[in-house]
Amino acid sequence: MTALAQVGYVARRSVLRTARQPANIIFPFVFPTALLAVTSAGLSPATKIPGFPSDSFLAFFLAFPFIQGALFATMNAGTDLARDIQTGFLNRLALTPLRGGALIVGQLGGIAVLAFIQNCYYLAVGLIAGVRLESGIVGGIVLIILATGVAIAFGALGAFFALRTGSGEAVQGLFPLLFVGLFLSSMNLPRNLIEQDWFRTVATFNPISYLIEGLRSLIITGWDWEALGLAFGFAALLAGSAMVLASWALQLRLTRT
Amino acid sequence: MAQAHGIEAEGLVRTFKGDIVAVDGIDLRVEPGEIYGFLGPNGAGKSTTVHMLTTLLPPTSGSARVAGFDIVKEGPKVRSSIGAALQEAALDSLLTGREHLNLQCALHGIPRSERRARSQELLERVGLTLAADRKVGGYSGGMKRRLDLALALAHRPTILFLDEPTTGLDPQSRAALWTEVARLARDDGVTVFLTTQYLEEADALADRVGIIDHGHIVAEGTPAQLKAQIGRPTVEAVPADGATPEAIARIMEQFGENTGGSAKGVAVRLEHGVEDLAGIVRALDAEGLKLQNLELHAPSLDDVFLAKTGRSLEGSEEEEAEVEA
Amino acid sequence: MIRRDFWSVAFAVAWRVLHNVFTTPSLLLPGLIFPLFFFTAFAGGLSRVESIPGFDFPNGYTAFQFVFVLLQSAAFGGVFTGFGIARDFEYGFARRLLLAAPRRSGLVAGYTLAAAGRWAVTATILTIVALAVGMQVGGSGVNLIALYALALIVNLAGTLWASGIAMRLRTVQAGPIMQLPVFLLLFFAPVYVPLALLKGWLHSVASVNPTTAFLEAGRSLISGSTDHVSVAFPVAIGLAVLLSVWAWRGLRSAERAAL
Repeated sequence: MTALAQVGYVARRSVLRTARQPANIIFPFVFPTALLAVTSAGLSPATKIPGFPSDSFLAFFLAFPFIQGALFATMNAGTDLARDIQTGFLNRLALTPLRGGALIVGQLGGIAVLAFIQNCYYLAVGLIAGVRLESGIVGGIVLIILATGVAIAFGALGAFFALRTGSGEAVQGLFPLLFVGLFLSSMNLPRNLIEQDWFRTVATFNPISYLIEGLRSLIITGWDWEALGLAFGFAALLAGSAMVLASWALQLRLTRT
Repeated sequence: MAQAHGIEAEGLVRTFKGDIVAVDGIDLRVEPGEIYGFLGPNGAGKSTTVHMLTTLLPPTSGSARVAGFDIVKEGPKVRSSIGAALQEAALDSLLTGREHLNLQCALHGIPRSERRARSQELLERVGLTLAADRKVGGYSGGMKRRLDLALALAHRPTILFLDEPTTGLDPQSRAALWTEVARLARDDGVTVFLTTQYLEEADALADRVGIIDHGHIVAEGTPAQLKAQIGRPTVEAVPADGATPEAIARIMEQFGENTGGSAKGVAVRLEHGVEDLAGIVRALDAEGLKLQNLELHAPSLDDVFLAKTGRSLEGSEEEEAEVEA
Repeated sequence: MIRRDFWSVAFAVAWRVLHNVFTTPSLLLPGLIFPLFFFTAFAGGLSRVESIPGFDFPNGYTAFQFVFVLLQSAAFGGVFTGFGIARDFEYGFARRLLLAAPRRSGLVAGYTLAAAGRWAVTATILTIVALAVGMQVGGSGVNLIALYALALIVNLAGTLWASGIAMRLRTVQAGPIMQLPVFLLLFFAPVYVPLALLKGWLHSVASVNPTTAFLEAGRSLISGSTDHVSVAFPVAIGLAVLLSVWAWRGLRSAERAAL
């Protein structure tokens, strides 16, 4: 069987497992939507702050659910893989001709499918709520691609943690850390409008800020090549590093000859 | 259907961090088509040995060939020749039984056109056709073990590894699994390497038994040969009202050593075998000691283990966890 | 005799929960760290919101957000206790408690006492941190006591809500059901700006949300006035009474299932 076919089977299983766990469906859709609704409504007066880059806080904040959805992808990829390790299912797969790389890529393939669906949903919610993309239809496509890439990158991080620790609890312990990373960014306000110096510094060094700003630029600015370059660059860096780490962790975990 | 190659291991050793020697030089040979029972208490090294022979764990030293392939240098070829049902049932609770089989068949390269028929055949063989389209999360322990066996057989392996396959099963499920394992060896010529801590399982199924303790084999042979090495039956006497175990023990200990293995009375391993039985009855009668029950037990594998290691295998309190691979 | 049974059960249960929480970092730390984190993110990251025309809270954005985070920590402290109750039922320990307790209503009381104890630690640390970063407090000692008393009632309400769910469903899978309504109640309120600055659907929803009354009363108290207090306390107490019935009926449901 070719590597691609193996990836397909693993990806199919990943999608099937997520679809059969209602919490994994509800949370990535309901929670970000709820937060998007309350935060954009609750902070809508912030558009009156001098220098605020948009007259719609909803448009400004729409980048948030894409990133939050990517964090859920981390959890899904990680906890599923950790469960496979704990139940011994990974050993079962190890006894088949399945290539190690196909296991990770297949897992992430499943994440990509789910992230694509999520991201289309978030975009649809924004458009229905009245947001207009300054970058047009092509920008919308780029947005989905970038957001899906971010989800794959975070999914690889989740896979690395799962393979390294073999524990679902450890993977879930990662979520608060990532959530903190999300909040200590330019999620709620542009970096130049953050008043507290220390917060602005943290946000400036936080790669998540650039991921958000890249997505946001497609919504409220149009084609900001610097923002897009930084976003794709950080996404690629994260994805690349996480894949290398995940592969290394898989080698340690799967000691088959 | 005779198979060309079985399992051969020479000086297999596996150590873990902290100088833990889980397997300390295993030599064994399993002939094609044979059912080999690997018997030992918790922490003896059974699962570690299985993990090495199934290529999931490289040995620290030593060598082994499974189905004619070297376990270190020809891992993929070994894996394509073996099936394994390991200690954990290793199933995905969110997939159905049929989906498990489809996935297993697909990963082993069974063509799509054959997969459905093969899956159905295996489901029928293990008695899971009615539950095939239910998620495994709802299966009983016995059903999970049967599915586990079916998955191990999906690609028609010539050698089957079963690591404590009936632990936790009810008697009916256990008996059903034994029947299927015996049939596989007898009718399909599959070589079976079975690890167990249950004496009766090794006794009932295995053509030959290897007893492992602290990482090395302490005895090997057919169950009958091993018992014959010990050769001495045990007599258990339960006193009737009016007789005390101490009084009975005083008489019986003249004929052999007290095993201490009787909860209600006295059990003694006879020095000279069955012919001592008449002597015991006469001696007890002469003292006027009445018995409620007198039973003769043939030597068991536990007796073999006791003779070789000084410890009883049954009810062993050794809870040293096998080091996880 | 009856009263003594009730309190002995309550204190025993409370002791066990508090002992487990304070000796298990994975149980203790989230309840401490998350409120501090939200306080940091909101008060630190959003302080510029103060400059919005019409934002007229006199004691600064730090105090404005402190009240929200205090109430949020109180509510979610109750929810975390609910998780523990659900875990006790799922893994069988609750059956032991039901069999052993002469007065089973003492079990619920014990859990609420434990929740209050946990939250007291969180509130103390949060207050110290807020004062250390320069939060301006305009209220007197009485005002502040009233603020913490209000938060304590919110904690009680959160615990009763979550325990009612936990005792009915008896599984940790019920976590999202406990959390989501509390989350929505907290956030469909003037979290970031005063009610007067909200518009549209959120203003309409927030106007009828009891959390708004609690927030506005709390912000009044910390800035030295008592506006909205006469609404907030009766609403909070009424909510706690209703939810105590909810929790009591949940206990009855658990008894029918367990025995």
